[in-house]
Amino acid sequence: MPTMLEVTGLNHRYGSGDGAHVAVKDLSFSVDAGQLACIVGPSGCGKSTLLRCIAGLIPPTDGSVSLHGDAVNGVPDDLAVVFQDYSRSLFPWLTVARNVEFPLRWRKLGKQERAERAQEALDAVGLSGVGRKFPWQLSGGMQQRVSIARALASKPALLIMDEPFASVDAQTRFELEDLLRRVQREQRTTILLVTHDIDESVYLGDRVLVLSKSPATIVADLPVDLPADRDQIATRESAKFVALRGEVARLLQTVPAKQAAPEQQADEDVATADAAEWTATEEAATENAGSAKETSH
Amino acid sequence: MTQVTERATRLRSQAVAGLSGFARTWLVFIGAVVVWEVATRLAESVFFPPPTEIVSTALQLWFSGPASQLFLSDVVFDHILPSLGRCLAGWAIAVILGVGLGTALGRSRTGMDYVGPLFAFFRAIPPPTLVPVFMVLFGLGPGMQVATIIFGAIWPVLLNTVDGVRAVDSVKVDTARSFRTPTPYWIGMVVLPAALPKIFAGLRLSLSISLILMVVSELIGSLNGIGHELISAQRAFEFPLMWTWIVLLGILGFGLNSLLLAAERRVLRWQPNRNNDG
Repeated sequence: MPTMLEVTGLNHRYGSGDGAHVAVKDLSFSVDAGQLACIVGPSGCGKSTLLRCIAGLIPPTDGSVSLHGDAVNGVPDDLAVVFQDYSRSLFPWLTVARNVEFPLRWRKLGKQERAERAQEALDAVGLSGVGRKFPWQLSGGMQQRVSIARALASKPALLIMDEPFASVDAQTRFELEDLLRRVQREQRTTILLVTHDIDESVYLGDRVLVLSKSPATIVADLPVDLPADRDQIATRESAKFVALRGEVARLLQTVPAKQAAPEQQADEDVATADAAEWTATEEAATENAGSAKETSH
Repeated sequence: MTQVTERATRLRSQAVAGLSGFARTWLVFIGAVVVWEVATRLAESVFFPPPTEIVSTALQLWFSGPASQLFLSDVVFDHILPSLGRCLAGWAIAVILGVGLGTALGRSRTGMDYVGPLFAFFRAIPPPTLVPVFMVLFGLGPGMQVATIIFGAIWPVLLNTVDGVRAVDSVKVDTARSFRTPTPYWIGMVVLPAALPKIFAGLRLSLSISLILMVVSELIGSLNGIGHELISAQRAFEFPLMWTWIVLLGILGFGLNSLLLAAERRVLRWQPNRNNDG
């Protein structure tokens, strides 16, 4: 399998000098074409920053990202991102069909062809009859399926998903996980999915990359040798699954052993790291909002 | 059978709801007109003619034309339509300039820092006071009136547009960027729709300002128009005629605002909190 995504020596630091916060530190990995790779890490470890660097939304401080061999410098052409917050990511003023057509608008496609591709994408996620509705008329799980359809309609070389199922209830999450695996295998999409849910990373992934606490580095790269056809009940009961999830959990737990501090101290560390990343991301977002006019083309 | 009865009941309750809704909307208005009629008839003041007299004057004034003009009198063509034309032209130019400039300034990072104080200063000047200035610049005529309307009506549109286009949700910004949305699509399909609720609030305000400035500019310096006729009637002590023009202004303001509200309901029907019965 050819390599689709290659991340080499990625570093990202917010601010400079003593107040600098290192969110991502010397991170390298690659994802093969057609693979579904899950990145799992503790909250506040810099996952969002990592994804934003890979998607080209923010430039890394150091290191390089390349997509099918081309260096990523700004947002690449054939990339799509599914965000956690579907209700904020979908455009409420567009109907479901028009939301899905959105990334096709400026491509050289006839109106007919564009509508057909959007319909195909909606069919793929099991939302055939809702094209004329507005997103807010659908349930949360359906809304997230719309944003998955929108991402698929653009036929991306790489689909990046940032905690896509963290905002839906458990039942819906199971449905969406199975849907994602089915669609990924049907369309042979390369997916990089970030989650903080250990079970989800093992259940979904062909491979699990375990991140350390902030600053994020990769502490383990585990192949998931579960059968390709997975079942929410049987797979989760299987010895392999249990062993893998145990291994990932252990890796995540032992990571903060960098200092023999009491537990409370460690918690505070996480809290400050969380806060730092959050503020940094917010700042970056505001900046982006300001400069989006200049940079969006 | 039961279905038919249910349907009849539903229809009846809808009719009752419609009637009571109508009553709620218009009861106080009709009551006020009746009180006005009674009070003016009792007072018998020449300055306050009763509404019925105002209405008969208005009918005589506006609808006494020949059939070839759809029975509209020359007054309509000489005064009402020119006034309306200037009002709407000034408003339309203010809207185009306001939305265009507002979008550019709102999406630029530093634009408002430069022009903010200037805008605050200009906005603070009561626009009617600029009528003398525009009279010197453009002379008596439509140019002066349209200029006054533009200058007064542009600020609510401009400042609301700036506010609206700035408030685009950060996740939507990221979504658009992750699809490499080209600028025209970014502005047309994301920024402006996101700002539309705010822009419409500005449009409503600027429309009523346009109407006010239309009259004020005509009161001060004009050779025709509703304001000109209003002040002429007052100077000739023709009070029913004067009141006719005042009532017309009320009707125009109400009508224009209703049209704008209908347009807003249509354009913003995607908003979840809007009632979706239409």
